[in-house]
Amino acid sequence: MYRKSLSEKTFDGSIILLLVLTSLLMLFPFYYMIVISFSSYDDYMRHGVMLWPKQWVLDAYRSIFESRAFVRSIGSTVFVTVAGTLVDLIMTSSMAYALSRDIPGRKFFNMMVVFTFLFGGGMIPTYLIIKSTGLIDTYWALIVPGCISAFNLIIIRQFFRGIPNELNDAALIDGASEVKIFVLIVLPLSKPVLAAFSLFYAVGHWNTFFDAILYLNDSTKWTLQVVLRQLVILGNVSDTLHQSPEARMTQLEHQTPPETIGMAAVLVATIPILLLYPFLQKHFAKGVMLGSIKG
Amino acid sequence: MYIAKVWKYRFLYLLLLPGLIYFIVYKYLPMFGLVIAFKDYSAFQGFMDSPWVGLRHFRTIFDSPDMVRIFFNTLYLNALQLLFAFPAGIVMALMLNEVKNTVFKRTVQSIVYLPHFVSWIVVVSIALTVLGSEGILNSLLEALGFQPINFLTSPNWFMPLITLEGMWKETGWGTIIFLAALSGINPNLYEAAVIDGGNRWQLIRFITLPSLRGTIAILLILQMGHVLDTGIEQILLMVNSLTKGVGTTLDLYVFQKGIEGADYSFATAFGLFKSLIGLVLILGANRLAKKVGEEGVF
Repeated sequence: MYRKSLSEKTFDGSIILLLVLTSLLMLFPFYYMIVISFSSYDDYMRHGVMLWPKQWVLDAYRSIFESRAFVRSIGSTVFVTVAGTLVDLIMTSSMAYALSRDIPGRKFFNMMVVFTFLFGGGMIPTYLIIKSTGLIDTYWALIVPGCISAFNLIIIRQFFRGIPNELNDAALIDGASEVKIFVLIVLPLSKPVLAAFSLFYAVGHWNTFFDAILYLNDSTKWTLQVVLRQLVILGNVSDTLHQSPEARMTQLEHQTPPETIGMAAVLVATIPILLLYPFLQKHFAKGVMLGSIKG
Repeated sequence: MYIAKVWKYRFLYLLLLPGLIYFIVYKYLPMFGLVIAFKDYSAFQGFMDSPWVGLRHFRTIFDSPDMVRIFFNTLYLNALQLLFAFPAGIVMALMLNEVKNTVFKRTVQSIVYLPHFVSWIVVVSIALTVLGSEGILNSLLEALGFQPINFLTSPNWFMPLITLEGMWKETGWGTIIFLAALSGINPNLYEAAVIDGGNRWQLIRFITLPSLRGTIAILLILQMGHVLDTGIEQILLMVNSLTKGVGTTLDLYVFQKGIEGADYSFATAFGLFKSLIGLVLILGANRLAKKVGEEGVF
């Protein structure tokens, strides 16, 4: 039997050690976020290196859920995510299907899509076009202008091309229309692929920040990520959170430090991603997403 | 005949139409909108009727005293990423590739891919909390008798922090493409090398690493097209009044001038200038790669 030499064992051992350390480094920020968000004022301010709070308190969570701005932003982000993912999915899959079939002009349309990888108008002209299509300060600005990712479109098109032609031919002979073929044959066969892409689209919408900064000026329309920035990075805890005097009083009574409030809000914003993650992983592990690594 | 064929596929064209309109309106119209780089755009006159000014905005770019600093900041960040973030992905992929225990490997992969899916606000918020004056890192430094470091307001720490945050978020995800390349290596090569007495280091050095050459070349070429790009979200979130001198990159500058300052024409000229340099660099790198015997992208 093949025996591992000592140097082989050290080699394997050190690799495993390094990977364990890397994993801990990757997980630590999440852990720290949880710990800080449940810490009390005394714990946070007085104990130096803190890995475990003396007592777990919900003050920070009470503060954020008392804030109308925060709760409202969750609502609007859920809307943008659900509506946006639906629009993305319908737009991408219908165009991908049309391009997967041998329709006249297909080459030209494909070229049109591929060219957008190489060149684009950039931030300002895109902004001006979106402005002139009347989407500024509407949630459609976060849904319509990015609804087809050229990468995803091409991958889904390739998948549709892989569906055996015999299925289509048989259906055509049976007198099925193109509509029926798409709805009754192609779409049901593509469920797993479409599910994978909808997850990726959904994560994208949930995390959208820059577009929201660009296109939403009205602070009552802000989505979650923008409110998080106000809260954590700009430190405007009192501005965003405590519009009512009562809420402001509660904050002073409880003496909740802004950092714990920030971490609580960030944790709430991360939970949906963590819930989706096992499903996401199932899909990209299969290699479905290899082509869209950059996205 | 042609008409008949088009009519036969009318449903497919109907499916194509919304996507086509989308591409024309939100991808191609902005490209034509680039004309305002050569105009003095005003919202009242619009794209067409604003007066032409030729290369005036481009001359302003070259005359601006900030320009050297902004280019330096951008290139400095990209150099850091190329030196540290890029090799980190290769090293992590090589380590994962050496693990035989699939349960352990999958667990590590699940953990290191996770940060890719959280938003930049989440990453930056946690970084601010960890690195702030009350944060665990400074508490640790103080407990060990060192002076606390003002990570977040020190200009010297700005770009290294951007790089480190990026590495935390994307290194794991970046291994996927290398692992895919590694899974394509013929196992016979390893067997033959083991019979010839090769040890593990030698297998990595002479078989595994060389087989990544093509992938590395392609990624480097693509990277060349992006040497003037920086993650705008991350920089926008990290920069503050004390670090804006070292933190202003080309992307941030376009945002500040164009969106915050509403100087649309100048910012468009700037963006166009930037993407043209990117295009030249990517084509140049592709040529160079072909000259030295790699496959290239185009």
